[in-house]
Amino acid sequence: MTAVADPPAETTAEIGKSRLRKEDQHLITGRTTWTDNMSLPGMVHLAILRSPMAHATITSIDTSEAKKRPGVIAVFTGQDFAETQGNVPCAWPVTPDMVNPGAPSLAVTQVNHVGEAVAVIAARDKVSAQDALEAIDVEYEPLPAVLDMEAAIADGSPLVHPNTTSNRSYTWAFESGAAGTGAPIDDAIASPEVTVTRRFIQQRLIPAFMEPRSTVVQPIGEGVTVWSATQIPHILRTMLALTLGIPEQKVRVIAPDVGGGFGGKIPVTPEEIITTLVARRLGKPAKYTESRSESLMSAHHGRDQIQDVTITAKRDGTVTGLDVHLFADMGAYLRLVGPGVPLLGAFMFPAIYKFPAYRFVCEGIFTTKTPTDAYRGAGRPEATFGIERIMDELAVELGRDPMELRRQNWITHEEFPFTTVCGLTYDSGNYEAATAKALELIGWDELRREQAERRERKDPVQLGLGISTFTEMCGLAPSRVLGSLDYVAGGWENASVRVLATGKVEVVVGTSPHGQGHETAFSQIVADKLGVAFDDVEVIHGDTQSSVKGMDSYGSRSLVVGGIAIVQATDKVVAKARRVAAHLLEANEDDLDFEAGSFTVRGVPGGSAGSSMSMGEIAFATFTAHNLPDGMEPSLDSDATFDPENFSFPHGTHLCAIDVDTETGRSTIRKYVCVDDVGTPINPLIIEGQVHGGLAQGIAQALYEEAVFDDAGNLTTGTFVDYTVPSASDLPSFTTERTETPATSNPLGVKGVGEAGTIASTPAVVNALVDALRPFGVNDIQMPATPERVWRAVHSGAEKSDRAEGGTTAYGGASTGTSDGSDAKGEQL
Amino acid sequence: MTRINVNVDGISYTDEVEPRTLLVHYLREQLGKIGTVVGCDTSNCGACTVALDGQSVKSCTLLAVQADGGDITTVEGLAAEDGTLHPVQQAFHDHHALQCGFCTPGMMMAVRDLLQDNPDPSEAEIREGIEGNLCRCTGYQNIVRAVQAAAANLSSTGGQS
Ligand code: FES
Ligand code: FES
Repeated sequence: MTAVADPPAETTAEIGKSRLRKEDQHLITGRTTWTDNMSLPGMVHLAILRSPMAHATITSIDTSEAKKRPGVIAVFTGQDFAETQGNVPCAWPVTPDMVNPGAPSLAVTQVNHVGEAVAVIAARDKVSAQDALEAIDVEYEPLPAVLDMEAAIADGSPLVHPNTTSNRSYTWAFESGAAGTGAPIDDAIASPEVTVTRRFIQQRLIPAFMEPRSTVVQPIGEGVTVWSATQIPHILRTMLALTLGIPEQKVRVIAPDVGGGFGGKIPVTPEEIITTLVARRLGKPAKYTESRSESLMSAHHGRDQIQDVTITAKRDGTVTGLDVHLFADMGAYLRLVGPGVPLLGAFMFPAIYKFPAYRFVCEGIFTTKTPTDAYRGAGRPEATFGIERIMDELAVELGRDPMELRRQNWITHEEFPFTTVCGLTYDSGNYEAATAKALELIGWDELRREQAERRERKDPVQLGLGISTFTEMCGLAPSRVLGSLDYVAGGWENASVRVLATGKVEVVVGTSPHGQGHETAFSQIVADKLGVAFDDVEVIHGDTQSSVKGMDSYGSRSLVVGGIAIVQATDKVVAKARRVAAHLLEANEDDLDFEAGSFTVRGVPGGSAGSSMSMGEIAFATFTAHNLPDGMEPSLDSDATFDPENFSFPHGTHLCAIDVDTETGRSTIRKYVCVDDVGTPINPLIIEGQVHGGLAQGIAQALYEEAVFDDAGNLTTGTFVDYTVPSASDLPSFTTERTETPATSNPLGVKGVGEAGTIASTPAVVNALVDALRPFGVNDIQMPATPERVWRAVHSGAEKSDRAEGGTTAYGGASTGTSDGSDAKGEQL
Repeated sequence: MTRINVNVDGISYTDEVEPRTLLVHYLREQLGKIGTVVGCDTSNCGACTVALDGQSVKSCTLLAVQADGGDITTVEGLAAEDGTLHPVQQAFHDHHALQCGFCTPGMMMAVRDLLQDNPDPSEAEIREGIEGNLCRCTGYQNIVRAVQAAAANLSSTGGQS
């Protein structure tokens, strides 16, 4: 028997293979490690009392009755932790004068949204804790709810936070003339041949990961071990240390199995801080798991922007300027990256088009609603929606085919690398190829003929065709860029590769998966780089004690940043192994070829004794260290920290054909075709899965989901009965294909894929709906485009287009008019 | 407290439960059957689905006492004793029908029941058949594929479990 692993039987490339996932086995057999599964000796269970008021001062809290309830161990209010709880951290002060009024984990004197934590009960079991909630007596003095962003910044609006002078947290602006990245916008806007202005509403969404958030904290000496359903164990570690004053080296954070995130598990949460505070105060392990209702109400929401978009063009269709003003609802508090989310869209409004001039202004505004932060795509779906909708409106204004207009203005494949009007350099892309493939797959021309025919015969079921030719920036992010945007951390990623005595390999990564399949994809990369078998690679993640360094998973960064760190670490391993092999084969390092996991002396017939060594043999020789080159440490292990120089720019063309029943308002997606270009594929099966899931969420924004608040600031979509995450019967089957234009900014040629489907799909669907209803004078439908909204649009569209005025200086073409927001406000359908 | 007898994944239990305890909480907290999970509090998500006397049920909609005398299969009891995966489990793996895997236990239990009732479902029947189970990750397309594959496998082997 030998301790050395046999060389892999087959050595075909792993990269590009649709490997089935390593992750699945324990998930399909129920051998899972969700945080809520954890049970520790002596553990107390927490229940949180949440504010029923959107805005109120807390005049008194009486916990004495609750403390007497059976099984209750302790009850704490914000007053009990006022000196120690600090603030829920925000890491993105987007402007030097951004107002951050602070965010207590447990409200101390005032509540600012329904669902805010007011008190916490620790009991011997969860039921006892929950039962005792009703015995806490809180008296509130109501304050006026602040719900409408524009009203919130008007003179005389009540303030959300008493320690501020305005509900405006910040105004962040970019202008291409001032930035030196393009022409001044004022020139473009001053004398356009054609102008179209629209107001688009990005409704509020809820990430709605399927696993409710859960945290277990075990106090150990001065420190804590924290298990949490989080995307960010490393950032959480640092932030808990900073927030609570625990030395960082005494904080260990573990993200075990995590059931989805979609940005929803990015921030450091009040609940994580509260659980830590209680566990430390009691000296006992503590667990808090939210209910779905608590999750929908208090875990952060996403989107929620008002977008005022003006596009200018020449009469021949050449775009000349883009002017964007956003109101972005921060909700009651600034969460970890909440203020920065719209900025991730700032650079994406110009999208794939050659605008000479661009302005972007965003006002971040406080309201008495659940805080907002990242939700899949984070800023980029909003931007993509704005630009892809306004391109359609411009096409109508000019009487042009919407695809032809896009083609006229997009960056052609010969023009890469291309520096945009925001100063971003897109490294590679081929919009023509993706578009041609998508048009063919869906049978565009045939569908257009059918549409004309159905229009002609006034078919009550009209056909609409929608386009989204998108790009996005992901792979967050070059640290220098983050610095220039005032983000307080970097965007690098770390990986280390350990070669064990038996030739098996451990890869420790700083990314933290929650469904993406990192273990599989990263194993494929390492297998190829080291020439070891796929099954011989173990990927280790999600525990700051073993994976000591990392920036975690969000922004489609794990592969394009973390994967490259892995590549760099494996390169170092190979360099060390080469040195050992040269020594043992008595050859010059330069005379060794490394292929399929073996070093071979060049020119010596393969297979002859002493002419070649496998990685396994080298690993064992390094482990025994009996005969290593002089001065060489006995280890092949290597690590690397990679900081990208650029973002990753996936792109693609998404096309949607939708049947709209004008009599019932019901719309049905008939065909959805997308051709995404995510560069070189590592695992096509996983890519397809990411696109499917992304499409579902983007389509859900277009058709199904909205977090709705009533006039008093209550979330009226606080359960899965009302917050309608689509089921299988709400969605079609998609046709998902790819083109492959390798990224030139990284050695694998990869681009991110996690968010593309969500970013691209929403405008494709809405453009299709509006396209179906143009003959009725409809030029916008507010999302989600429920049957009722569609029906109303059909029946008021003509009237509305008569009323429309301003917003256009061109004549001819279809009627466009300015969406005056009449269907954007007031009617929460 | 009420005494109940149940068989869960082939093991008999006799327990005292509070009359108000939900079956899913009994499974997770008293029996340690943590494979079955809770995704909502309004019986919408299906994450908690198990089989009770051969029929799939959302275990958050039943009281533990209602399961008295019952025979329960959870995701942990789906595979054969030798570890051979149930055709539905195998199909979910083969067709990448799970990402985070949180919905998966309930989804697979629902699919197993669906295929018992309808061994050869159309795509529309599959989509309707699993509409009580929410998945936020997959967009359902690969779940549909997996169901079709499991159906084909079950009918070709004549097996049903
Ligand atoms: S937990 Fe039972 S249906 Fe959601
Ligand atoms: S796989 Fe994550 S919810 Fe279905």
